Amino acid sequence: MADTAIEIEDLHVVRGGRSVIDGLDLHVAAGSVTGLLGPSGCGKSTLMRAIVGVQIIQSGQVMVLGESGGSPQLRWRVGYVTQAPSVYGDLSISENLRYFAAVVGVGQERVGEVIHTVGLAGREQQIVGSLSGGERSRVSLASALLNDPELLVLDEPTVGLDPVLRAELWRTFHELASAGSTLLISSHVMDEASECDALLLMRDGALLEQTTPEQLRQQTGEQDLGRAFLAVIEQASS
Amino acid sequence: MSARVTLATARRVLWQIRRDPRTIALLLVVPVGLLVLMRFVFDGQPQTFQAIGAPMCGLFPFIIMFLVTSIAMLRERTSGTLERLMSLPITKVDLLVGYGVAFGLLAPLQAVVVCLVGFLALGLHAPHGAWLVGLLAVGNAVLGMALGLFASAFARTEFQAVQFMPAIIFPQLLLCGLFVDRHEMASALYGVSWVLPLTYAYDALARATRSGALGGRVAIDICVILGATLVALALGALTLRRRTA
Repeated sequence: MADTAIEIEDLHVVRGGRSVIDGLDLHVAAGSVTGLLGPSGCGKSTLMRAIVGVQIIQSGQVMVLGESGGSPQLRWRVGYVTQAPSVYGDLSISENLRYFAAVVGVGQERVGEVIHTVGLAGREQQIVGSLSGGERSRVSLASALLNDPELLVLDEPTVGLDPVLRAELWRTFHELASAGSTLLISSHVMDEASECDALLLMRDGALLEQTTPEQLRQQTGEQDLGRAFLAVIEQASS
Repeated sequence: MSARVTLATARRVLWQIRRDPRTIALLLVVPVGLLVLMRFVFDGQPQTFQAIGAPMCGLFPFIIMFLVTSIAMLRERTSGTLERLMSLPITKVDLLVGYGVAFGLLAPLQAVVVCLVGFLALGLHAPHGAWLVGLLAVGNAVLGMALGLFASAFARTEFQAVQFMPAIIFPQLLLCGLFVDRHEMASALYGVSWVLPLTYAYDALARATRSGALGGRVAIDICVILGATLVALALGALTLRRRTA
């Protein structure tokens, strides 16, 4: 199954005594940009945590790049960006990236490159704590790009960004995918769905639909993907 | 374990501290200030100042490093950077030893400053050499750091973390023999004092700051301090979870 990046079977996750993911199956094709969409609180972040192996799961099988999710080898191959930017607020942009570059074992020349990729060139010496929320999440994203991971798991990477930057980041995501990476990107904004090759629609801890933007439009007869999603929810609950 | 990652972590922790000059000032000034305060509190009792103040030169670094590292590690946990690191190819030992190296480099600075002031300016004596007190201070600082890293696992907030100082450090200070000879305590407390690492830290300092032969006990004390440091680091590693609920 070399063409499958992520394969999940019957995943169950309980957090805080509540069942957050209840018997979920999915598969993500290698080299694709897959959008994980659904309202906030539907379990997107928990699913992503399970994929990168930082989530305790009750049962089920998570296979990532041919290995069991969370296995030590995967730490070299999977990049993960949490929803809240996880970088050091008291360090400068370049200090943050120099540290993470050392951890993942790539040369310091990558630091300048990823700073450029996320559009923060010229700001290297600025302290992360003094950046805006959107800028901080770009530093967090840049940290995950350092070692060109085969799989990038990005939890709402475009939240709070202006439309121009958002378009630039989506272009970057597609470039990474055409260079061979697989990207799983969550969002609760449906207008980003049209940017994806494949869509995973989630609601209440379950996968409603595994589809593509084109299929979703045809199936529901809606051009607007937000409305299409609503139509899917109505179908599912009727 | 990787030396490259460990050293990168130590360098990163030092970068963070460098960005916070007020913390550096507190690390260096507070022990000296307290020692000066004790000097004048015990103005009429120079022997008491020698008996308490001289060992304190080697205990301040323990107390302060405990506090600083428990907060630093807690911030790592609450900022999400720990979760990121746990998804990266860094071992728990790399992370903990990285912290250890960083604070282990700061500790001598603190020890030198407090010993210089204590033994040169305030008239404390170190019959076996102030260098021995300084060395013990560094060892104690690293022990305090290891305990702080471990304790941080049990705090959810910084409010809780600062409470660990009175909860974990004060009882050890009371039971270590600094204020009251351990033999004069209730027998149950005397028994408890044998399992507290600070008892051995104090014992070594007490012997190093009074005249008479050092004896083999100091060597045993140092072994216990090193052993307790390793145990605390190992326990700290157990509290770092790659997977959380």
